[in-house]
Amino acid sequence: MTEKILGLIPVDWRFELTSLPYVRKIIKSRWMPFLPIVLNLSVFTVILMAGFVGGVSAGNYNFGIMFVWIVWWLLLMMVMVPFFSRVWCMICPLPAFGEWLQRLGFMKVRNKLFGLNKKWPKALKNMWLVNFLFLGTTYTTGFLTTRPIATFILLMSIIIGSIVLMAVFEKRNFCKYIGCPVGGFLGLYSNIAVTEIRAKDPQICKDHKHKDCVIGNEKGHACPWMILPFDIGRNTYCGMCLECFKTCPYDNMAINLRPPATDLLVDKNRGLDEAWKAFIMLGIAIFFFLIMQGNMGFLKDWANATTTEGYLTFVALHSIFNLLLIPGVFFVFVYASRTLGNKEIPLKKLFTNFSYTLVPMGLIAWIAFSFGILFPNSSYVLHVISDPFAWGWDLFGTSHFPWTPFLTGVMPYFQIGTLLFGLVLSLDIGFKISKQTFQKRDQAVRGFIPIAAFLTVVTIFLIWLFTG
Amino acid sequence: MKIDKLIIGIIILALLVGLPLILAQPEEPKEKTIIINAKQFSYTPDTVEVNRGDRVTIRLISTDVHHGLYIDGYEVSTDARPGQDGSLTFVANNTGKFVMRCSVTCGPFHPYMIGYLKVKPDYRLFGSIWLAVGIFICSILLVSRRQKQ
Ligand code: SF4
Ligand code: SF4
Ligand SMILES: [Cu+2]
Repeated sequence: MTEKILGLIPVDWRFELTSLPYVRKIIKSRWMPFLPIVLNLSVFTVILMAGFVGGVSAGNYNFGIMFVWIVWWLLLMMVMVPFFSRVWCMICPLPAFGEWLQRLGFMKVRNKLFGLNKKWPKALKNMWLVNFLFLGTTYTTGFLTTRPIATFILLMSIIIGSIVLMAVFEKRNFCKYIGCPVGGFLGLYSNIAVTEIRAKDPQICKDHKHKDCVIGNEKGHACPWMILPFDIGRNTYCGMCLECFKTCPYDNMAINLRPPATDLLVDKNRGLDEAWKAFIMLGIAIFFFLIMQGNMGFLKDWANATTTEGYLTFVALHSIFNLLLIPGVFFVFVYASRTLGNKEIPLKKLFTNFSYTLVPMGLIAWIAFSFGILFPNSSYVLHVISDPFAWGWDLFGTSHFPWTPFLTGVMPYFQIGTLLFGLVLSLDIGFKISKQTFQKRDQAVRGFIPIAAFLTVVTIFLIWLFTG
Repeated sequence: MKIDKLIIGIIILALLVGLPLILAQPEEPKEKTIIINAKQFSYTPDTVEVNRGDRVTIRLISTDVHHGLYIDGYEVSTDARPGQDGSLTFVANNTGKFVMRCSVTCGPFHPYMIGYLKVKPDYRLFGSIWLAVGIFICSILLVSRRQKQ
């Protein structure tokens, strides 16, 4: 009996999008993803210029701020990650310079990469570094999202950092383990995505001894993300660069449509690094809400570093909340689950496995949070596209379009609906993980109850916080 | 025994269904005038609570720069400069929490200058908590029921 996600779609249901000949042809062309990267780079050039000339002026009328923190962030959380997995990494312009340098060219294939090509240390092959990097980045959210120059500095450091680090470490180690603040959650949250890149027929891969996708050939590079394209398992570390479509001599790679969140059921390579990523992301959604959409003025002064003590208090509270408090509360519920379920199961295993229920919950919390930006504030975008550098331009005739919130009356219903859907999805995943972990069905049911209670409490808390 | 359980169940259900009605005890609509002080980047008070049907007048006083106040859902707004107060009036017919946001760019944190208007009783909050608890109960029932088969 195959399991069904939400009782509706079988876990192993797939529809191959690349079965359409034109799609496959486009994907196999070396213009993909080169062309979208170049287009994206031109947008980022405007963002960087706007960030630079914008200086410390108010960010809400700045192209850089608006495109990064409204357009990009909302697209990422609401569209790209849930629907298209790490598609952002496919078209991300930030590590492009480093990659072109490694390949000493733009589109041609060169499997002997330029640079020191150092291997990434084994002990650091996990998400811990990016966990701290992202948490650290959020300390500056009060500046990043309000001062154009701060966004400029952040993006420039990622670009320069990527060039340097990619000259030292081989392939995309920069994206995978070190340099990109968002890379970690893009990976983890992509486990929910309704698309995936996988090999079609495992038997073909098995019979193919010379693994072109792993070592590369004249048609394409060895997997730059250093995973095994014939055995991807989870979306986490597949950057969707499409090289394996080019290297596979049997056309055995595919982009599939699939039910949401199936990767969370893959009991392989789970770890505490990803558990903490899930906690941190949930906590940051809550803190961002308090800073950006909450009513507590003092917290905004803290995040805005009006006083040093205030800022340090914010950094301390934010860190304790994300790194200790959320995991601590979660631990209590996991402990209860073990007590009710089966005391023989190692606590660490239960803790790690169940932490994956927070992945749908977290992404959904971010989507609900994003509605609170989309409806009230997206009209700023019309202004900044007409006058990106605040030089009095009016490219599209919209530079005088006033700030116009829309649908703010129904916004809470969007948020509540999303959060309740998130609860249903995470409960569904939660029980499946429970069965997987406890093995026996009656234990799984009893062990599931505290976890379900935790997820419900978090949902109610978020509903109350966002809308009540 | 079985009957007892049934009766208790019905009573609990009735209480739960009845709760919004208890909450909804209509207070007499009143005229309310509220003074809000605006400064970079917050309102004082940061939360305004009224009852459904109240006729609310907000006087906005700015103590530093030019600020505004826009109320989500009600789509009314006003603005104030130091020495030049703003004012707006509306009848609080929609219940729930509504964000009051600054509508005049007043500095870097301007988009985050936010207060809340809470119009009671908040059916929406009660209803959605009730739904979440319902989903929780259903999920437990569902997983334990399948167990017997
Ligand atoms: S990991 Fe970060 S820098 Fe690398 S491609 Fe993805 S978003 Fe871009
Ligand atoms: S498996 Fe590797 S080569 Fe294939 S798309 Fe993903 S990252 Fe690229
Ligand atoms: Cu203001």
